[in-house]
Amino acid sequence: MQPQRYWREIPQRYRLEAGRCRRCGKVFMPPRGLCDSCRSTEFETIRLADRGKVHTYTVIRVPPAGFAAQSPYVLAVVELDDGVRLTMQVADCGPDEVRVGLPVRVEFRKINEVGKSGVICYGYKVVPA
Amino acid sequence: MVGIIGYGAYIPRNRIKVEEIAKVWGTDAQSYKKGLMLEEKSVPAPDQDTITMSVEAARKAVRRAGIDPADIGALYVGSESHPYAVKPSGTVVAEALGSTPECHTSDFEFACKAGTEAMFVASQLVKAGSVRYAMGVGADTSQGAPGDALEYSAASGAAAYLFGAEKEKVVAELIDTYAYMTDTPDFWRREHMFYPRHGGRFTGEQAYFRHITSAAKGMMAKAKMKPADFDYVVFHQPNGKFPLRAGKMLGFTDKQIGTGWLVNKLGNTYSGASPLGLTAVLDEAGAGDLILVVSFGSGAGSDGFVFRATKRLKSVQGLAEHTRDMLDRNKRYVDYGTYLKYRKMIIMNE
Repeated sequence: MQPQRYWREIPQRYRLEAGRCRRCGKVFMPPRGLCDSCRSTEFETIRLADRGKVHTYTVIRVPPAGFAAQSPYVLAVVELDDGVRLTMQVADCGPDEVRVGLPVRVEFRKINEVGKSGVICYGYKVVPA
Repeated sequence: MVGIIGYGAYIPRNRIKVEEIAKVWGTDAQSYKKGLMLEEKSVPAPDQDTITMSVEAARKAVRRAGIDPADIGALYVGSESHPYAVKPSGTVVAEALGSTPECHTSDFEFACKAGTEAMFVASQLVKAGSVRYAMGVGADTSQGAPGDALEYSAASGAAAYLFGAEKEKVVAELIDTYAYMTDTPDFWRREHMFYPRHGGRFTGEQAYFRHITSAAKGMMAKAKMKPADFDYVVFHQPNGKFPLRAGKMLGFTDKQIGTGWLVNKLGNTYSGASPLGLTAVLDEAGAGDLILVVSFGSGAGSDGFVFRATKRLKSVQGLAEHTRDMLDRNKRYVDYGTYLKYRKMIIMNE
C-alpha cells in the first residue's frame, strides 16, 4: 500500500471515525460526501462502538501475501453495538473458536507490512471479548 | 498536586512455557524455573508490536482518567523495540488516541528503563506547568537470541500513565522522583544486529543490583522515608529472583513486593516491566497507600518514584481490565515452532 493512501484512511483505521448524515442519520464507514438515502451533503464525524458481536464469518486458509504467519485466520462481518456492520479480522481466535454471535471488542493491530522496508499499516481488528 | 490521573496495561494473550524452550535447546527447565523463578512468558501475536500494545494500554489510561485525549499535550513512548528505526512510535499512538496535532512526542530508548524515562519526563512537564496532561508509555516486544538465557524471559507487554495536576483527577500523587545512572556496558545491541548481547554475570552485581539498590536508597533518603513506610514496592523484574533479592538487600518484605511481581508468569517485558508492575499495584491499592517504584535499564541506570494513592483510585480501578486478569485469564499457549513464526525468526521467501 502506498503511504499516501494509508495516511488518508488514518482517521477510519485508527479511530473508527465514520460520517453520520445530519439530515437522515445514516452512518457511512468510510465517510462519504453524499448521502445515498436523502442526498444530503451535511455530515458529522462520529466514532463507532468498540464492542460488538460476530454477525457472520469465514476462515481464510489460503492467505494473501503478508498474512502467512496468521493462517488460518478468521475474517468476520462484525455488528458493532451501535448497529454498524464492518468486515474485520478476528485476531487471537482460531477457526474452532469463532461462532456467530461471539462477543468481540476492537483492538489496535498491525494490518500489513509493505515488505521488509515499506510502511507498516495499522488499524482495527476485533478479538474475543 | 501532580500525579497519575489514569493508567492502563496491555499483555498479549499468547504464552510459551519454559519447558517448551528448554526442550528445544536441551537445557534443564527446572534450573530456570527454580533458579530464576520463571514459568512462562508472554508472546506477541504476529500482528502485534510495541505500537499496537502501547495504543491499547494508552486507551485504558485515557478511559480511567476520563479526559478528552485532545488535551494531552505530550506523549512519550519508551521501548527498545520501536517498530521503525526511523519514524516515531509516538505519532501513531497519539493519532490513535486522538491527541494530535497539538502534542509533543518523542520516542525514548534506554534498554529496560525507557518506560520510566517516558513517565519521568511526562510527569515533570506537568509539574512545570508546560502541558495540562502528559502521557508516558513503556512497551516492548523484547528480543532474546535463540538458545541464550534471555530467550526464557524476553517477553512483551505495555503500560501507560497519564499525568495531570488537577487535584480532583489524581489517583496517585507523585511525591518525589530520583535518578541514578552510570556508564556500565552490561547489555547492548549494536546497529543492524538482530539480537542483544550481554555481559553474563556482570549484569547482576555491578549493573542491576548496584543501580537498583543505590536508586532505592537515594529515593528514600530524598523523600525522607524508610522501607517500612511503604505498602508496595515495584522493582525492575528481569527474572523472578533479582527483584526479591534486591528487596531483601534493602529491607523490604516479599509481601511489599508481591503485588507488583508479575515476572514468573509474564517474563521480562523490558521497558514495560516495572511500569506493568505498578499497574498491578494500582489495581489493588487503597487511599493513602505509599508506593515505591525503581526501574532499571542496562547501560545503566535506575529511575525512582514515590507515589501515594488517593481516594479517587478506587473509583477508576474497575474502568479497565485489571493487569492480573490479563495475566491469568484467557491465555493461549504456543509451541516453539509457532513462537518462532510469530517472532519472525524463520527465514521466509518474500
